[in-house]
Amino acid sequence: MMTKGKFTTLLSTAVPLPQENVDTDQIIPARFLKATTRDGFGENLFRDWRYDTDDRPLKNFVLNNRTYQGKILLAGKNFGCGSSREHAAWALYDYGFRVVISSFFADIFRSNALNNGLLPVVVEDSYLKECFAAVNKRADTPFCVDLQNQNVTVADGNPVPFEINPYKKACLIHGQDDIDYLLSLRQEISQFESAHSV
Amino acid sequence: MRMERVSMEPKTIFEKIWEAHVVKSAAGYPDALFIDRHFIHEVTSPQAFDGLRSRGLKVLHVGRTTATADHNVPTKDQHLPIREALSRHQVETLRKNCTEFGIELYDLGHQYQGIVHIIGPELGLTLPGTTIVCGDSHTSTHGAFGSIAFGIGTSEVEQVLATQCVLQHRPKTMLIEIRGTLGKGVVSKDVILYIISKISSSGATGYFVEYAGEAIRSLSMESRMTICNMSIEMGARGGLIAPDDTTFQYIQGRKFAPQGKAFEAAVNSWKALCSDEDAAYDSVLRFDAGDIAPMITYGTNPGMGMRVTDRIPTAAEWKELNERESFINSMDYMGLEPGSALLGKAIDYVFIGSCTNARIEDLRIVADLVKGKTKAVGVEVWVVPGSKQVEEQARREGLDKIFEAAGFELRSPGCSACLGMNEDKVPPGKYCISTSNRNFEGRQGPRSRTFLASPLSAAAAAITGVVTDVRSWMGEKSQATK
Repeated sequence: MMTKGKFTTLLSTAVPLPQENVDTDQIIPARFLKATTRDGFGENLFRDWRYDTDDRPLKNFVLNNRTYQGKILLAGKNFGCGSSREHAAWALYDYGFRVVISSFFADIFRSNALNNGLLPVVVEDSYLKECFAAVNKRADTPFCVDLQNQNVTVADGNPVPFEINPYKKACLIHGQDDIDYLLSLRQEISQFESAHSV
Repeated sequence: MRMERVSMEPKTIFEKIWEAHVVKSAAGYPDALFIDRHFIHEVTSPQAFDGLRSRGLKVLHVGRTTATADHNVPTKDQHLPIREALSRHQVETLRKNCTEFGIELYDLGHQYQGIVHIIGPELGLTLPGTTIVCGDSHTSTHGAFGSIAFGIGTSEVEQVLATQCVLQHRPKTMLIEIRGTLGKGVVSKDVILYIISKISSSGATGYFVEYAGEAIRSLSMESRMTICNMSIEMGARGGLIAPDDTTFQYIQGRKFAPQGKAFEAAVNSWKALCSDEDAAYDSVLRFDAGDIAPMITYGTNPGMGMRVTDRIPTAAEWKELNERESFINSMDYMGLEPGSALLGKAIDYVFIGSCTNARIEDLRIVADLVKGKTKAVGVEVWVVPGSKQVEEQARREGLDKIFEAAGFELRSPGCSACLGMNEDKVPPGKYCISTSNRNFEGRQGPRSRTFLASPLSAAAAAITGVVTDVRSWMGEKSQATK
């Protein structure tokens, strides 16, 4: 596992995807999980919503609409449910997203995202609605996601706070990952094993 | 064993097992949790092995990881090289990685090969009181034995290989109690589809579930696994059932389970694995078994389920605009009319298989129901056993003859049509009644349409060619709530 670069503050426009319960089979369908490396999954991000069965872009899908661009995905609630495939986080990152804002994330997806430098930002349902409304009104609405201060600002609105585990926050800011921490516990692990005769 | 901690504070079984596995718990950090058993397969492990290589790390405990090939494998002609190049490459990569790092692999052709969540329990690798992980969300299946089992991402697979630990936030606890006795034609798949339909596909997100109550206790291990398997479909981190005599009997004599005196000692310690009276849960839900009927899903997430005799909701029944829009999209995808009934709806495919329902008991109840009958004209029926051992057992019991006479195709073990990753796909626009766990768009193949149901309901539909209330032609035959 490699955290991809360091995350501090992101200023970007956002891409709206209000559909709820977006599962990881939609983010990256199973038939594209056959690679043995982490690269190139962005090409097949939302494959079956982006392209028809003859690989022609579907005009009404938001990623095919040039009006909406940016490194932030605004997503309906329960984003990333279903399969534990980390490929979903890799695909979003590889496509260029660095933040997903939603009112609710599935557990495994959220861990996978955090382990790959993709920041899941949880906001209230009502605020998520305001975010969608702002983007629908003006596609070039700027969003500022400030990880250090743990807040999101839409255009010239008030900063709205979000929660993140302090350890995970530090990992993102410093570009460290879980395995570094676990390897530092080698002695504790070994002691645990002796104590529990496992 | 590990349960000797003496504490006055009442605890849930989940808390007891979790606390016995915490290597380090530091303020502001997730817990470092020791993992007893790790399963890997070809899809979510290659990048983890690459990570080990790039860091110059070894696998800490090779004996604690077991590998098999299941997601990508064809279910016909398994003795031939895999035709699809990328699938072949992924299975070959698993082979290469297991050889290089010294991990036991139950490869295609091996007598123990099968779906990872089927082979763990049947080999006695899945034991009460343990922590179990796999790069697969249906790892929750193993919770049926009273273990903490959950799915992880590939980065975490690498962590487990290197350190035998994962970093995890401790989830909240939820008790789901099913009181009373299940009715005729109602099996464990209906129980879990019912629960998910009541609490939605995100209703247990952030929680680890314990299933309890008379209706759960009366179930076989196979049936309990079906319930725990789909815990993830309501968002739960996992789901478990406290072990009892049914559990111990299932484990006894299995290949890697403790044997003889060691088994007796293990059973004694396993008996302490239950939630204390007055243990507190963050959430408690109670349902009446009598309220559960044969279930079917109508939409594109497992929470969109109903009694097979019900009508699909109308758009007006969804209060929030976003929910309504998601529902309308879903109905459009499924080609179904809101407010209509599913009973009598023609189906094209029947899939009996997956880590949810491909154990010997599932094949038996299907065979029992269809014996002497033949499938409806124009319906394709695949029966895909969960493992080589299940396949062999089915043949020994003559179930293969019953399937053959019914026009069902008995295939070789693998994940098959559950996830459209191998050759077994439902064609665009076609309807499949499936015993698997997900009805997501495209899950069984691009533009495929899935109705999730029990093996009994799927078998009934195979014979009639339409969505059927299995109770209406089961007669007085008592089924499956063994």
